[in-house]
Amino acid sequence: MELLSGAEMVVRSLRDQGVKYIYGYPGGALLHIYDALFKESELVHVLVRHEQAATHMADGYARATGKAGVVLVTSGPGATNAITGIATAHMDSIPMVVISGQVASTAVGTDAFQETDMIGISRPIVKHSFIVKHPSEIPEIIRKAFYIAESGRPGPVVVDIPKDMTNLVDKYEYNFPKKVKLRSYAPATRGHSGQIRKAAEMLIEAKRPLLFAGGGVVLGHASKQLTEIAQKLNMPVTTTLMGLGAYPGADRQFVGMPGMHGSYTANLAMHHCDVLFAVGARFDDRVVNGVAKFCPNAKIIHIDIDPATISKVIKADIPIVGPVDSVLNDMLAELKDINTLPVPEVVSSWWKQIDEWRGQGRLYPYDEGDGNIIKPQAVIEALYEVTKGDAYITSDVGQHQMFAAQYYRFDKPNRWINSGGLGTMGFGFPAAMGIKLSFPEEEVACVTGEGSIQMNIQELSTCLQYDLPVKIVNLNNGALGMVRQWQDMQYNSRYSHSYMESLPDFVKLVESYGHVGIRVTEPKDLKPALEKAFAMKDRLVFLDIQVDTSEHVYPMQIRDGAMRDMWLSKTERT
Amino acid sequence: MRHIISLLMENEPGALSRVIGLFSQRNYNIESLTVAATEDPTLSRLTLTTIGKEEVIEQITKNLNKLIEVVKLVDLTEGSHVERELMLIKVKASGAQRAEIKRTVDIFRGQIVDVTPTLYTVQLTGTTDKLDSFIQAIGTTSVMEVVRSGVTGISRGDKVLTL
Repeated sequence: MELLSGAEMVVRSLRDQGVKYIYGYPGGALLHIYDALFKESELVHVLVRHEQAATHMADGYARATGKAGVVLVTSGPGATNAITGIATAHMDSIPMVVISGQVASTAVGTDAFQETDMIGISRPIVKHSFIVKHPSEIPEIIRKAFYIAESGRPGPVVVDIPKDMTNLVDKYEYNFPKKVKLRSYAPATRGHSGQIRKAAEMLIEAKRPLLFAGGGVVLGHASKQLTEIAQKLNMPVTTTLMGLGAYPGADRQFVGMPGMHGSYTANLAMHHCDVLFAVGARFDDRVVNGVAKFCPNAKIIHIDIDPATISKVIKADIPIVGPVDSVLNDMLAELKDINTLPVPEVVSSWWKQIDEWRGQGRLYPYDEGDGNIIKPQAVIEALYEVTKGDAYITSDVGQHQMFAAQYYRFDKPNRWINSGGLGTMGFGFPAAMGIKLSFPEEEVACVTGEGSIQMNIQELSTCLQYDLPVKIVNLNNGALGMVRQWQDMQYNSRYSHSYMESLPDFVKLVESYGHVGIRVTEPKDLKPALEKAFAMKDRLVFLDIQVDTSEHVYPMQIRDGAMRDMWLSKTERT
Repeated sequence: MRHIISLLMENEPGALSRVIGLFSQRNYNIESLTVAATEDPTLSRLTLTTIGKEEVIEQITKNLNKLIEVVKLVDLTEGSHVERELMLIKVKASGAQRAEIKRTVDIFRGQIVDVTPTLYTVQLTGTTDKLDSFIQAIGTTSVMEVVRSGVTGISRGDKVLTL
């Protein structure tokens, strides 16, 4: 039996857990652990420039791979800087393990230097947290942390380690548990077969069914099953912001996202459907609009791993608690067993209606303008073409995020990486870095704006150090676009603090960090600039694209209305 | 409606704060709360009363069950149950009032557990309603101090909440 110090146990446990990358920043409370890390060759540690970026890098990694991202931060400010990233992961159910240093257990509670109650501060935004009380507990706690973070409805787990638990002198037997069992934690492994049967029958008999898939399908690795069911029953499919890619975005059956900035077709289909088949979606307020007017004629089937999500906002008629992949597999078996398909005339009459709503043009129509100014929508369309729809796209938060979600048609899951629940500006760039590190051969682009990018721009330095040639597509409209849009629509265009004066020269800025910057101002230069950027495989390229400041994101639902109530442009509404 | 939710949780530091945190975080209401270790020292039993619509109570029980440290949970008010609350109450008891207070304590089947020439300390057990009625019966002007334990309860019959 091997004897290890607490610090060595932390590092060894991470290795035995199969961790490859750690994103972190050292500090007093972590020095023992960093010393142990120095001697460990198999773990790759990425030194960020701000702890928030470490959490978003881990988050991006987790969203792209499905495995928990690992963050290492010191006590006090290191821990509090990680909070935004932990909350971001929590809202979107992203597996993450955050190891935070703590002052020595003997100093806890004395207002010691760099002391903060990390367990207390993070409590509402974690799935669970642990505090190490004895060094010998470390392997089991780390094993449990990963198990909890990755199983059931995933989420972030914090492990707080007081400095004296990791001292290099005291050594204990190291034993990494192969399996852990918690008597108080048993996520559902199967859905209720009777309910699944009922749901399958309801779907076959439906006249106007709509499949509504959320981020749970991506997290639960169930796109294949979802696509099979949708195509077998020839149902229209809408996916939430978090579910984009769960069903092929370029397919005929895909009608766009629903909700506040959802497509006209998806919102109308949702309003008029008679059976709403919700899979791994949590009926977020940005989707349902006015709860009382939501889907007035629909029966709701709701599959989710988390029982607390079911009937939280919208009451489910057929609730099914279970992992989406297993439930959908069971449903496919039931459909096979029932061996009846929906009546073809009924299906075609629903599709006729949908196609009428959809029309011939874009799923999200916009005014292309006079060709003198770059429209932000056109940037995403060009990005889609240049990357052949196959890149990992991360985004920050605001108008550019909605444009990316609307115009980049994601055909695969785990390719669209954005902070949907918390809406964290500054998320996209570090998330892209986390993905690029794991998938160096893949194209990774961060769609951002001049507001969001400045919230974590210091990571340009990290990209140079670790050679992370991501592409940054900055939709620069010189204003906090989404705030400005709301001010236009609801505050009589009083632009209270939504403009960005004294912006940096982004091209010079990225050049000073050793990267490539390209400014684009003319519509004709847009596509060539993107092509040039993506041709530079081994360089980080920052595209500073000057876009139309006056542009709004449409459709935009009318607050507290039904799904079908929306503005379609500055002058037209339903 | 008022509900009594009783649960077993890991007897670990931090577990209680997670339960209480959940209530403030999600804007649920707690009327009373009692908690202590059980015969198995690794488990605590926590009983709380809350008031809310059925949908809210459903969310409360689901979210409590989601907490990693919560092992098992029951809504006692869903079935027949026994509920009790303990009250220690210090009341003025001098002159003619003294005998009247004593009689009221007897009627409510309370016990006088401490005596001074001018006051009694009364121990009373029962439902929340009964304790409220006692305070009403002796009149709030006589009351000097009240300590109540909060409601605790157990199912009637064979039903038990154990591992």
